[in-house]
Amino acid sequence: MTGWCTHTGLAVALDRENVDTDQLIPARFMSTPRSEGYGDFLLHDMRKKSDGTPIPDFPINAVPDASIVISRRNFGSGSSREAAVYALVDFGIRVVIAPSFGDIFASNSVNNGLLPARVSEAEVDAAIAKLVDGAQEVTVDLTDKTIRLGNTTIEFTLDDVWQQKLINGWDDIDLTQKHKRAIAASRAQHVQRMPWAIPVQQTNFRSARRDTVSQ
Amino acid sequence: MTSRRLLDKLWDAHEILRRDDGTSLLWVDRHLVHEGSHHAFAKIADRGVPVAEPGLTFGVADHYAPTRGGPATDAIARMIATLASNADKHGITCFGLDDPRQGIVHVIGPEQGLTLPGLLINCGDSHTSTHGAFGALAFGIGATEVAHVLATQTVWQKKPKAMRINVTGRLGPGVGAKDLALAWIAKLGADGARGHAIEYTGSAVRSLSMEGRMTLCNLSIEGGGRFGMIAPDEITFAYVKGRPFAPNDTDWDRAIDLWSSLPSDADAEFETSVSLDASEIAPIVTWGTTPEDALPVTATVPDPARMQGSAAERARNALDYMGLAPGRKLTDIAVDQVFIGSCTNARIEDLRSAAAVLAGRRAKVPGIVSPGSRQVKVQAEAEGLDRIFVDAGLEWVGSGCSMCVAMNGDHVEAGKRCASTTNRNFRGRQGRGARTHLMSPAMVAAAAVTGHLTDVRELLKEREVA
Ligand code: SF4
Repeated sequence: MTGWCTHTGLAVALDRENVDTDQLIPARFMSTPRSEGYGDFLLHDMRKKSDGTPIPDFPINAVPDASIVISRRNFGSGSSREAAVYALVDFGIRVVIAPSFGDIFASNSVNNGLLPARVSEAEVDAAIAKLVDGAQEVTVDLTDKTIRLGNTTIEFTLDDVWQQKLINGWDDIDLTQKHKRAIAASRAQHVQRMPWAIPVQQTNFRSARRDTVSQ
Repeated sequence: MTSRRLLDKLWDAHEILRRDDGTSLLWVDRHLVHEGSHHAFAKIADRGVPVAEPGLTFGVADHYAPTRGGPATDAIARMIATLASNADKHGITCFGLDDPRQGIVHVIGPEQGLTLPGLLINCGDSHTSTHGAFGALAFGIGATEVAHVLATQTVWQKKPKAMRINVTGRLGPGVGAKDLALAWIAKLGADGARGHAIEYTGSAVRSLSMEGRMTLCNLSIEGGGRFGMIAPDEITFAYVKGRPFAPNDTDWDRAIDLWSSLPSDADAEFETSVSLDASEIAPIVTWGTTPEDALPVTATVPDPARMQGSAAERARNALDYMGLAPGRKLTDIAVDQVFIGSCTNARIEDLRSAAAVLAGRRAKVPGIVSPGSRQVKVQAEAEGLDRIFVDAGLEWVGSGCSMCVAMNGDHVEAGKRCASTTNRNFRGRQGRGARTHLMSPAMVAAAAVTGHLTDVRELLKEREVA
């Protein structure tokens, strides 16, 4: 994952509350390998008719090169399916602006370089009002957590850790492996305190004393 | 010493370190994977890293598991085969289609004793909150996090705020954990518990069985809470004892001692507290397209004209999708079919409560009953519940996620209306254009009997009179 600091692109309004993960990507597409791309599945059943033809005035159909989505409360609620984020990212979306996000969706987003930018309900109202006549160019700055839309600048809320992660494009596995020793020590202590933390059916495993050996 | 909550005790016991920015690195005791975890296995394969703790990782085929015959398509068969080969490659115990322990991941974890008080449990599924019913720290994670747990057996997580949902009094007859859950979600909204770990307390929660507690914790995520939990007690210990992966006799007393120290201290404070009176809760059904669109079955379809701003717009869209007119009595809504299943409501007690309503009656509409696991299926058959369902005209099928997520081919046709024991009435969740009404197993059984949404208490009353 590569990091980023600012992004300028076209913003579209998805004027709905509770855009859940089942809408973002219907389950039937999720057996597809990621290498085939998930962009075409994004909001599939909302933006395409049952014969697969696109509904022309659906926001992201009208502006296929949009990279910023402005929506309403509880965006990404529901499932832990990271495929919902893949669909957005593969479509070309870099930022979603909304008053609130599903907790798991938000952390999945950050793990894929997608910014979940939280702003107030009133700011969303105002932004959506500005987009009624069509998409507009918007600039998002991660370093000072601001969104510039026309002549207004609004601040968004984002956890500091997530801000750093997005800017640096950090990969957690690399970070964690630096703590190998602490993990091993903590594991040994944990297993001593609760030996059943290693399931008892794994008798061979325990008698092999792997439970006190670091990985 | 300052007083601590269940959340604090569980958190502290698993925290390896905390970064300056407040994020904790937590040790994971049980990692449950399923067919959907293929992205994560692909990620670790890309890096060339092994699974750090195969002995703490368990796989199960559930999301794509066929409930009738073999896999519906090649793509589905491939998903199941990929899980089996990943499990095999990494030396992970996997409850595959031919294993008598197979079932829905959140049903089999507790059933096998993999889920225990005091553990940290992760799974790439948002309903992992179910396991919190045992006093465990259990939460759903995305594919990147699943890959991280596979590679390191740890997870980075910022500690959530603690929320208490205290339920006083007693639930009335015909009212269960599902109604209780939908009641608080309707009250606080689908994002009411966002950023929080919920601890359920109070007499109504204490008197729930483990099955009921699991239903309650399962639905935490539908109110936005990634974590739901209940302090362990005698009911918990009795459920756990003797399960295949539970502590054996040598460890049992020590385990009970430790588990008994987990409940929140009496004077512990919560960032958010909510109180509900169980005796005021009626059987609940959903009318819209999120679990917060829930009302007592005695109510009428809400009128968007009486709502404000975006809520009105959303309700209008939801009613349009659901094909419902404002002001209509909920009990006048006819259903086309029913579904009893899912990790929310397919445990033995759920099947018993549906069977109690269906016994000696015929269903007016078709439907399927999918037990939460093979073991639940065996037990239900031993109790003769399968006969009741079949005699009522419903189909008794194999276990898996089935129509909860419509991945295995089982689905509701567009425009059809289904009374369902599942957890999500999202647009298209049960199939493109499907209309889902969520409710308890007893309420689904009642809808099957009459062909429309029905207050199960009426049917139970008839029974008493007869
Ligand atoms: S039954 Fe439904 S909610 Fe439960 S694990 Fe399966 S898909 Fe997820």
